[in-house]
Amino acid sequence: MVVVGAGIVGAACAEALSAAGLRVLVLDRDAPAGAATAAGGGGVLVSDKDPGPELELARASRRRWPELLDEVRELIGTLPAEVGWEAEGGLAVAVSAGAIGPLAALTAAQRAAGVEVEDLDSASARDFEPRLTEATTAVAYFPEDAALRPVAVTAALLAALRARGGEVRGGVAVTGTAVDRSGAVVGVRTGAEAIPCRAVVNACGPWAGHFSETIGAAVDVVPRRGVSLVTAPLPRFVGRGVRDAEYLDASGARASAAVGPTASGAVLIGSHGGPGAVDDDRGVAVLRRLARGAVRLFPDLAEAPVRRAYGGCRPSTPDRLPVIGEDPRVPGLWHAAGHGGSGVGLAAGTGRLLADLFTGRVPVVDPEPFRVDRPELALEAGA
Amino acid sequence: MKRVVVVGGGPAGTAAAEAAAARGAAVVLVDDAPRLGGRWRGRSTPPRGVEHLAESEVWAVEPVPGGHRVHVRTGPADGPDRTGRAIEARALVLATGAHERTLPFPGWDLPGVLAAAEARDLGAAVGGRVIVAGTGPFLLSAAASLVEAGVRVRAVLEAGDPVAEFLARPAGMAAGWRGAGALARHLASLARHDVPICRRSAVLAARGGDRVRAVLAARLDEDWNPVPHSLRRFEVDALVVGFGFTPRLEAAVAAGCAIEDGFVAVNAAQATSVAGVFAAGELTGIGGAAAAEAEGAVAGAAAAKLLGARVRAPVGALRRAGAGRRFAAALAGWYPIGPGWRGWVRERTPVCRCEGVSYGELRRAVAAPGVGGARALELATGAGLGWCRGRICGRNVAELAGLPEDPAAFARQDVAAPVRLGELAEEAGEVRAAEIPLS
Repeated sequence: MVVVGAGIVGAACAEALSAAGLRVLVLDRDAPAGAATAAGGGGVLVSDKDPGPELELARASRRRWPELLDEVRELIGTLPAEVGWEAEGGLAVAVSAGAIGPLAALTAAQRAAGVEVEDLDSASARDFEPRLTEATTAVAYFPEDAALRPVAVTAALLAALRARGGEVRGGVAVTGTAVDRSGAVVGVRTGAEAIPCRAVVNACGPWAGHFSETIGAAVDVVPRRGVSLVTAPLPRFVGRGVRDAEYLDASGARASAAVGPTASGAVLIGSHGGPGAVDDDRGVAVLRRLARGAVRLFPDLAEAPVRRAYGGCRPSTPDRLPVIGEDPRVPGLWHAAGHGGSGVGLAAGTGRLLADLFTGRVPVVDPEPFRVDRPELALEAGA
Repeated sequence: MKRVVVVGGGPAGTAAAEAAAARGAAVVLVDDAPRLGGRWRGRSTPPRGVEHLAESEVWAVEPVPGGHRVHVRTGPADGPDRTGRAIEARALVLATGAHERTLPFPGWDLPGVLAAAEARDLGAAVGGRVIVAGTGPFLLSAAASLVEAGVRVRAVLEAGDPVAEFLARPAGMAAGWRGAGALARHLASLARHDVPICRRSAVLAARGGDRVRAVLAARLDEDWNPVPHSLRRFEVDALVVGFGFTPRLEAAVAAGCAIEDGFVAVNAAQATSVAGVFAAGELTGIGGAAAAEAEGAVAGAAAAKLLGARVRAPVGALRRAGAGRRFAAALAGWYPIGPGWRGWVRERTPVCRCEGVSYGELRRAVAAPGVGGARALELATGAGLGWCRGRICGRNVAELAGLPEDPAAFARQDVAAPVRLGELAEEAGEVRAAEIPLS
């Protein structure tokens, strides 16, 4: 079994497959956790998902993460504190009258789907986050929202894989697959070398579309750029993920600021794309919009020095749902890709689902909406 | 948008501004210091016809149709009242220079341990007894300035062996004969004051509680590993260190310029890989003030030409710039950084002063399975994330961690200079201010 891509999704898939008893080799063209995973904010969120398949996967993943981290700890002895699992919940904040209605609609739909939501008034919201603006019009608290540190967690998952006899090789680019006469995958090629395997998992994150083309089974995953700002360390400034609910207002911008803590005490400001958000933009205008959004939520942030801004890549699909499952065109080729800005949160559930499907267990969530040949992906027939 | 924007007010930048203005271009010269001149203390008044923006930092460079938009904030670096503006440039000349490279060793973070340029500017205030250590010709310049200011320099410890290196690779000396004259003056001055210059020697540790009181020095082998039993202790009031220079790449990286071997890649006309962007001076190689000035003159003429000025080839400047490039390459060969410095570092030695990350923490992060790559590493340890934003620590951390050689990795930023969130959040009244009135 070969997993291509050692980001958090690839690592979670490899871990889950090895836990199911398979021998797994993970290949990455660069170092593990170097691309979208390293740029990720670390949110394990249910609060930002509309009811439907993505929310179901997010909830399964949220349940799975603490179990998974416990299992990894048991396997590798200690779990470094750096994995930073924080189950502090999250806030969605409306700061205008116009945002009250849409936030209420989201919380009602989420409640109906079984997500825990607590409505807060401005004063109790500030009990959670004392630096939050006083000018809130509505606040929802989502106790299930959590956070982790993506690079450290990926390293721990790969360590667990190794503990089970699996292997990780960095700096190895997969250049193609070997197929038998029926067209099924029997190996991968890395330049001159051929590595035989029973199945290949495409977990290439932002490059999943590119990789799928390379091996002649294109899926529509394209990298979209997201931008984050990091402030100087401001210890205990913010305790949990706080995002502006304003994007819910369909008449306004479709992306908004999300503010959260990091292990070093720096405050991380990311853009948060709502459904249909265009998050492919770049440049100074985007940085300004992020900064304005952050200062709107936390006025004291105006004085905070920006340490850096960095771009990350979000692997996006046309219907903004990940692709998880076997490719019907190429037996033995599996995809676990296209998680948009939620790969970190969805990784544990994705790994579980992929292993369920591979081993024929009852899947942890309904796999149909994520299947490779769903009409929204407009797959080219045959390979 | 018929304007040349020059970033950096050292010899390269002022020469570029002057050359472009002399050919009729409207020129804005942006410099982060209160006064022009740069580290080399070049001319301090702006050339004729050049608009000088002092205390101004470029924090972003954006491509726009027909050129670039340069985002600048003006005012004291840590002050609350900086103003922002965006300047549109048909041609952009980057001449941001270099900053001194410092290597970590036990005690390098003690008060009283100074960078060579910093010490030279302080003069007599540095202290009574001083050791100057590191590598590169600038050490001699700094040491000579200190003795002239009345400081007692006990020794200059040069970690390399430039004489041997020079004898092995003499080519390039002719190109730098002007620099050699200055060097001879510094050597004469040090000899007059009986300052010994010890080759293949270095300070391995600085000792002291509240500030540096003593240093431990040793002889080095060719790879900069300490020679056994050669350790010697010197009582000092200050330690001055410098390990050459490393280019300030942030603006060039923000503009998307290709980097080769740690420097901005340019052609003979100083054009970078990005159309309309030129680079001059120490961004392209460490060759000293004369070389920087010549490159600036070429870049300024090329920028004016891009604006449509009729420009005759600046033959003299081109020749001097070419010689400067050969001298820079030769200097790099005479003063290599030996790999043995990594052995001077101890578990508790800070490798990123700004974030307080020690070598031990860095080592553990690297040893943790699955961590690698500068970005992943900086997230895992915080090293290279500090206020210097990797300028000081990034390259050292990369070498200590055994990362692939990519000196630009830590310069890869969307924000090229410190800026506050509130400043970023300001409404873009900047667009109105884009057209600065030119006197």
